[in-house]
Amino acid sequence: MKTLKDLFRDYRFAISFCILVVLLIFASLSFFSPYDPTFWGTVPRDLEPSWTYLLGTNSKGQDIFWQATFAVRNSLIIALIAASLSRVVAVLVGMVAGYKGGFTGTVLMFISDVFLVIPLFLVIVMLAMLVREKMTLITLGLLLAIFGWAWDARIIRSQILSLREREFTQTAVLSGTGTVPLVLKEYMPFTTPLVFSTLINNMSWVIGLEITLAYLGLVNLEIPTLGTMLQWAISYQAVLLGYWWWILTPIILSILLFVALYWLSVSISEYLDPRTRIQRVGA
Amino acid sequence: MEKLLEVDHLTKIFTLGNIVSRVRITAVDNVSFDIKPAEIFALAGESGCGKSTTARIILGFERPTSGTIVHKGKRDQKEKTEKVWFSEGIQAIFQDPFGTFNPLRMVDRYFFETVQHFKLAETKDDAVVLIDQKLRAVGLSYEEVTCRYPSEFSGGQLQRISIARALLTDPILMIADEPVSMVDASIRMSIVNLFKKLKENFGVSVLYITHDLATAYYVSDRIAIMFRGNIVEKGPVEQVLMDPKHPYTKLLRESIPEVDPNMRWSESVTLIDTEQEEYLRKGCKFAGRCTMVMDICKSVVPEDVYVDGVLVKCHLWNDSGTQIAAPDSSMDQ
Amino acid sequence: MGNPVLRTEQLKAFYVLDIHGDQKIVKAVNEVNLEIQNNEVYGIAGESGCGKTTLLKALYGAIEPPLRLIGGKVSYFVDGEELEISSLNSEQKRQLRWEFVSYVPQGAMSVFNPVIKLKETFWDFIDSHVAGKTRQEAFDIATGQLRYLGLPIELLDAYPHQLSGGRKQRIAIALAALLSPRIIICDEPTTALDVVVQRGVVQLLKEIQGKLKNSIILVTHDMGVQANVADRIGIMYAGKIVEEASTETIFASSLHPYTRYLINSLPRFGDKATRESAPGNPPSLSDLPDGCPFHVRCPYALDICKSQMPPTIEVDSSHKVACWLIQEGDDGKAS
Repeated sequence: MKTLKDLFRDYRFAISFCILVVLLIFASLSFFSPYDPTFWGTVPRDLEPSWTYLLGTNSKGQDIFWQATFAVRNSLIIALIAASLSRVVAVLVGMVAGYKGGFTGTVLMFISDVFLVIPLFLVIVMLAMLVREKMTLITLGLLLAIFGWAWDARIIRSQILSLREREFTQTAVLSGTGTVPLVLKEYMPFTTPLVFSTLINNMSWVIGLEITLAYLGLVNLEIPTLGTMLQWAISYQAVLLGYWWWILTPIILSILLFVALYWLSVSISEYLDPRTRIQRVGA
Repeated sequence: MEKLLEVDHLTKIFTLGNIVSRVRITAVDNVSFDIKPAEIFALAGESGCGKSTTARIILGFERPTSGTIVHKGKRDQKEKTEKVWFSEGIQAIFQDPFGTFNPLRMVDRYFFETVQHFKLAETKDDAVVLIDQKLRAVGLSYEEVTCRYPSEFSGGQLQRISIARALLTDPILMIADEPVSMVDASIRMSIVNLFKKLKENFGVSVLYITHDLATAYYVSDRIAIMFRGNIVEKGPVEQVLMDPKHPYTKLLRESIPEVDPNMRWSESVTLIDTEQEEYLRKGCKFAGRCTMVMDICKSVVPEDVYVDGVLVKCHLWNDSGTQIAAPDSSMDQ
Repeated sequence: MGNPVLRTEQLKAFYVLDIHGDQKIVKAVNEVNLEIQNNEVYGIAGESGCGKTTLLKALYGAIEPPLRLIGGKVSYFVDGEELEISSLNSEQKRQLRWEFVSYVPQGAMSVFNPVIKLKETFWDFIDSHVAGKTRQEAFDIATGQLRYLGLPIELLDAYPHQLSGGRKQRIAIALAALLSPRIIICDEPTTALDVVVQRGVVQLLKEIQGKLKNSIILVTHDMGVQANVADRIGIMYAGKIVEEASTETIFASSLHPYTRYLINSLPRFGDKATRESAPGNPPSLSDLPDGCPFHVRCPYALDICKSQMPPTIEVDSSHKVACWLIQEGDDGKAS
């Protein structure tokens, strides 16, 4: 499509898109994994990368390559669940608070301020400690979603506040448009780039948070994610023992993921920015 | 003659500032006027005089602090949940042609939405016919407008498109808030002539809000001059603008650059620093700048008096329609 | 014609834009010949999109990509010497700016730094243009200037947001006139201002011109303002000056059909007869028609108008027109 072609002119989009495609293919390989990722001792331990074991093996007797496919897959799933959920909440709260204003708006903003101000990391740690053993991918996703919406709700609200004052809002009202269709049809084109770029940012943030929680041992360590891989590698002293393949795999994959997500978010939000869109539209 | 719109003692007070220091600005102060069918009524004044606020209140985008607006016998009802309280008989066009339409949406979407919401046509084809008809009334056509974004048109074209959209519901009253101030001087006439045409051919009344007295003179039948929230002079446009009675009207009239190099301004004018101080003045708000100011002007708000069919709010004129003080001899024309 | 301060010859300046791989050329200034004399107010009148702001940028020597100088030249006459702008380097241009020529851009009232007081803006300004002045000396220059122009000195202690638009505009003009430049270029100084305030701004311009006896180039589409302040007017359309004459001539006996439309479409008090503006819309500068750019809207267009650009003819010593309807030596239109 023309949009993709335009996007590809931006080197950042091109590179990040390719990286993500590669990572997605990598993640989907997990469905073909010959080993169950939660089993230990399926292969010989601590072997360097070779043609048989592409990324080597770890001290638990697992093939790192196949572990990594699960890790990327799971991290992406958590990130997607958490980020999407928090987008939905942010958009709902932001739009209602922005368009209604008044008492409803103040209450909603107060709630979101509360979520901004409380030391979220401590709360997450506490909740994680409570839930730890029963933590699934989805629970983790939900937990992280709770804390991802507040900032963006405020941003969306201020955008709606300013859009509400624009004259085309009045034109829409005079055309007989009701409140909900108005917000959806008139304001969404402006909010979408915001939502999209914050979605991707949020995903990065979630992955980072997950890695941190895993490093602290607060998640279900049996489920392979980028964070848990790192945690196991560190707790087995992979660095000191020189098992560089074990520790570098999650680190490099994480870096690739972060860079790709960042560049993707920046290039897409520039592309969708209303100011540049207006130039492209109809020209 | 039945009045289309009756604005009665409309007042709107804004409070500015924070908890520590609050200032109450009376943006619209006891404004009353009415609009008859098939007439163009100008509400004129400089920026900050309250004319746009009045328009917003009439359209329902702001709530008045006090006063009423009556349209076709219906008073505005505060309990209504809809944003606009009147029927589709009133439409509006705005100042910034590029702001009137969402830059990210195609312009004809608004036309179709209006048709849909007010149930003006049954099928899409009928809608297109109706839309084309209204566009032709303003000098454009459906083909020229369809599937285009606002950035593809010029300011003048967008204003026409805006007028065409407003005409879809066959309104009896159009509220035009500074419709030509952001349009080039050379195109203004074509837009303003459209209003004339609407009045003469379709019997539509127009509330023409502007700071440009020249076009107000050209197109309107009656005019009200607003200053810092008050109507200071109101009446037939020929009398108000050719023989102004209120000192502010005179100042405005003189300050309009004549399109004739032989009639240049000779006198200088003093400018004020901030608008706020004039808003908060006791007595007549123009007293700070008036060349004919008297002591009473600084403390007592002038009454509305009728002089030769024109309403004037000034201490210089008394009830029997005569002027108290001598006419200002330094007025140059 | 005496004493020029600025001259352009066949000036051509186009914007060369690259939008996602497609090149677009906007012919904003398309062969403009101007000669501004000393001690006059020259008005440039035209609709938005006719290229007048670009012309001002070119006159000010501010041609930067995507704007490019395609042809012709702009020369200043400094102390009797003719200096071509394109031959000056940026340091020389910087020295000329504000001392020889200054520029008041559109919306100049927004040009002040909102977080510092006005006097600091003046200090910064004087610091960068007048070498070796102490704060006090600079301050004296500033207050002297304001007093000279009849503006209250207390304004210097204010922040920009405390003043009205008209006040700020007048201070912007005072700033432009600070070093008594030979040329002051103003881009739409009265647009967006109320009528009474507009009068004050125009008054100020006239006072400055009267005291400094310099040249003011005033761009505005408001013909009423032009009538009140300009000595000569150049009518600009689609990147070209289509007519140039003294203000009286333009208003009383202009020849170009576009000028006629401009003048006749202005509403006047005492006369409610119907007036018409020019039909249609001005052409896009990136997509100009062949021949005369006005022919599409001109009710008198001849065949030759559609294919060839009319040359500029001198009707008399001070009146120039570019229109096929006017033959050399004629006073009226061929119909």
